[in-house]
Amino acid sequence: MPPGEERDRSGSAWSDVPSVEAVGSPPPVGAPASPGGLGPEGGEAVSTGGMLRQIARVFKENKLAVAGLVVIVLMILFCWLGPVFYHTNQTNAQEALVSSTAENAPPGGQNPLGTDNAGFDILGRLMFGGKNSLLVGLAAAILGTAFGALYGAVSGFFGGWVDAVMMRIVDTLLSIPFLFLLIVLAVIFHPTAYWLIVIIAFVSWLVPGRLIRGETLTLRTREYVQAVRAMGGSRRRIVLRHIIPNAIGTIIVNATFQVADAILLLAALGFLGLGIQPPQTDWGSMLSDGVTYAVSGYWWEIYPAGIAIVLVVVAFNFVGDALRDSLEVRLQQR
Amino acid sequence: MIGFLIRRVIQAIVVVIIVMLLVFLLGHIIPGGAARAALGPRASKVAIEGFNRANNYDRPLIVQFYLYLKNLVWHRYLGYSYHFNQGVTNIIEERLPKTLVLVGISTVLALIVAIPLGVLQVVRRNKPVDYILTGVSFVFYAMPPFLLGTLLILYFAIDTHVFSVEAPQGQTVGAILSDPRALVLPEITLAAITIASFSRYMRSSMMEAMTEDYVRTARAKGAGPRRVLFVHALRNALIPIVTLLGLSIPAIVSGAVITETVFNYPGMGLLAVQAAENTDIPLLLGTAFVATLATVAGSFIADVLYAVVDPRIRYASR
Repeated sequence: MPPGEERDRSGSAWSDVPSVEAVGSPPPVGAPASPGGLGPEGGEAVSTGGMLRQIARVFKENKLAVAGLVVIVLMILFCWLGPVFYHTNQTNAQEALVSSTAENAPPGGQNPLGTDNAGFDILGRLMFGGKNSLLVGLAAAILGTAFGALYGAVSGFFGGWVDAVMMRIVDTLLSIPFLFLLIVLAVIFHPTAYWLIVIIAFVSWLVPGRLIRGETLTLRTREYVQAVRAMGGSRRRIVLRHIIPNAIGTIIVNATFQVADAILLLAALGFLGLGIQPPQTDWGSMLSDGVTYAVSGYWWEIYPAGIAIVLVVVAFNFVGDALRDSLEVRLQQR
Repeated sequence: MIGFLIRRVIQAIVVVIIVMLLVFLLGHIIPGGAARAALGPRASKVAIEGFNRANNYDRPLIVQFYLYLKNLVWHRYLGYSYHFNQGVTNIIEERLPKTLVLVGISTVLALIVAIPLGVLQVVRRNKPVDYILTGVSFVFYAMPPFLLGTLLILYFAIDTHVFSVEAPQGQTVGAILSDPRALVLPEITLAAITIASFSRYMRSSMMEAMTEDYVRTARAKGAGPRRVLFVHALRNALIPIVTLLGLSIPAIVSGAVITETVFNYPGMGLLAVQAAENTDIPLLLGTAFVATLATVAGSFIADVLYAVVDPRIRYASR
C-alpha cells in the first residue's frame, strides 16, 4: 500500500484553487463533447482531452509530481541513451577488465563509480541493469493492472455468484504473503526477464482487480450503462466500451503505484538470487552482489544501485499521488 | 457478535481450502515433474519410478489430492524434505515460533513509533516537521529492506560495533530473546518499512477525525486541546489502524523473508530461501502454506479486534 493514503488536501496545491473549472482553459466552441455535436454517445468514450488537460494541470500545480516525472524521464534516458555515449562491456568479465582499472576499484579515473567484484564498470552496469529493472517494472505493472482491471470489471458487472467466486479467489491470493508466492513461482518457472514480468504481474493484478470491481459496482447502475442495456448492447460491449473507459482514472493511478511496487518486487527477487540471471543483471541483483563486498569496505558497490531504486520508486509514488489528487477533484466535479 | 464470528470463520476456512488446492496444484506443475526436481536431472528412470510410487505420483490426480488432504488434515504431513532429510512439518515447527517473535516485536515497535509520529504530524500540520516526516516516510517506503538492513549492518555493526552483524542464532525462542544486542538491527529493519506506511495512514486518519462533528462538540463543551486530541480524536483515528494492521500482515511476513536473509535469522523466511536455493519443492510449498495460515489467522484476529473496538461493524454485518 502506498504511504500517501491521503484524503485531506488542505496542505496540497489545491487549497488555493478556488474552482478547478476556472483555472482550466475553456473548452473550444463546437468541441465534440458539446451537446448536439457529433461526439461520442453518452458515456461511450471518456473525453480524454479533458482528462489529459487535467493531468497536465496536476503537473503544473504540483512540484513534487514534476520532480518525479523528471526523475523518471532522466532515468529512462540514462539507461537507454547512456550506453550510446558511455561504452562498457557488461557481459564478458574478461573483456570488461581490459578497460577497467581492476576488480573492486574505487570510484575515479577510468571508472567514475568504480568497478564491482568481477571488474565490471559500475556506471555502465547501472545503465545495463537499469534497463531490466525499469522494463520489467513497467511491463509487469501494465500487464497486472490491465488484467486486474478486466477481471474486476467482469466480476463487478456480472455480480451474484460469479462475483462471489471471483472475489474469493482474489481474497485468497491476497492472503498469501506475496514474497512466498513470488519465490515459489520463480523456483518453479526458472525465470527469464519475460517470465519475471508474468510472475510479478501475477502478484500485482490483485489490488487493481479489487479496486476496479468496486468502481464497477457503482458504474453499472449509471444511466448510460442502463441505456446501453435497454438498447440491447452486449455485455462485452458494456464492459469494454463503457465500464473500463470510465474507470480509466482509477486504473492509471493504480498502475503508477504498481510500477513502483513491481520495481521493488524485482529488486527483492534479485536480492534473493531469483531475479534476472547472469550475464544479465538488474539493480536488485547488483545490490545483492555488492552486499558481500560492501562489508569489506567497498561501499561504492551498493550505493549506486540502492540510490537508483529509491529514486525511481519515490518518483513513481509522487506522480501517483498527484494523479490521485486530480482524480478526486474530477470526481468531486461530477 | 456470534453471527459475525461464524461468518468470518467460514470465510477463513474457504481461503485455507483454496490455498491447499493451490499448493497441491503448484506441486504438480513443476516442469519435468516433482521427481526430477527432487532427484536431479541425472536421476535414473528406475529411481524416478520409485520416487513416484513412494509419493503416490503414479495415482490418478483426484486420488492424489484426497491423499494429500488426508495426510495434511489428519497427520499434519506436508511432505518430506530431501535436502534436510526431515519431515517438512518438523522443520517448520522449529522455525515458525522464531519468525513469530521477529514479526511480533517489530509490529509492536512499528505501532509504538508510527502512532505518535502521525499525531505529531497532525498537530504540526503543514509546518516543517510535517514536511520532513512526510519526505522521510516516502524514502523509507521506497527503500528495499535489504538495503536498509545492509546499511544498518555497515554503520552499527561493522564501523561502530554497537550491535551484532548477525541475528541471534539460538535454537529456542528463549535463547533468541536472551540476545537483545543481536536482535535490535533485524527488528529495526523490519519495523522501518511498516512505520513509513503506518504513520502516513495514521496522519490522514487523524486528520479526518479532527474534522468530525464529535471533535467540534468536544471543543464546544470546553474540553482542552489535549483532551480533544488524545481522548476524542485519537481513539477514533485508531480504529482504521486496526484494519490496516490486518491488511499489512502479508507484507510484514514478506518483509520478514528479506530481513531474515540479510541477518541470517533462523526463521521461516530464511527456510523458504534455503528451500528455493536447493529446489526443495515440498519444503518451499510447506513454508508458503504455513506462512499463509499464519497470515489468515493474523487477519482474523485483527478483524475480530476491529469488531470489538468498533460496534458499528458488528451491527452492519447482521
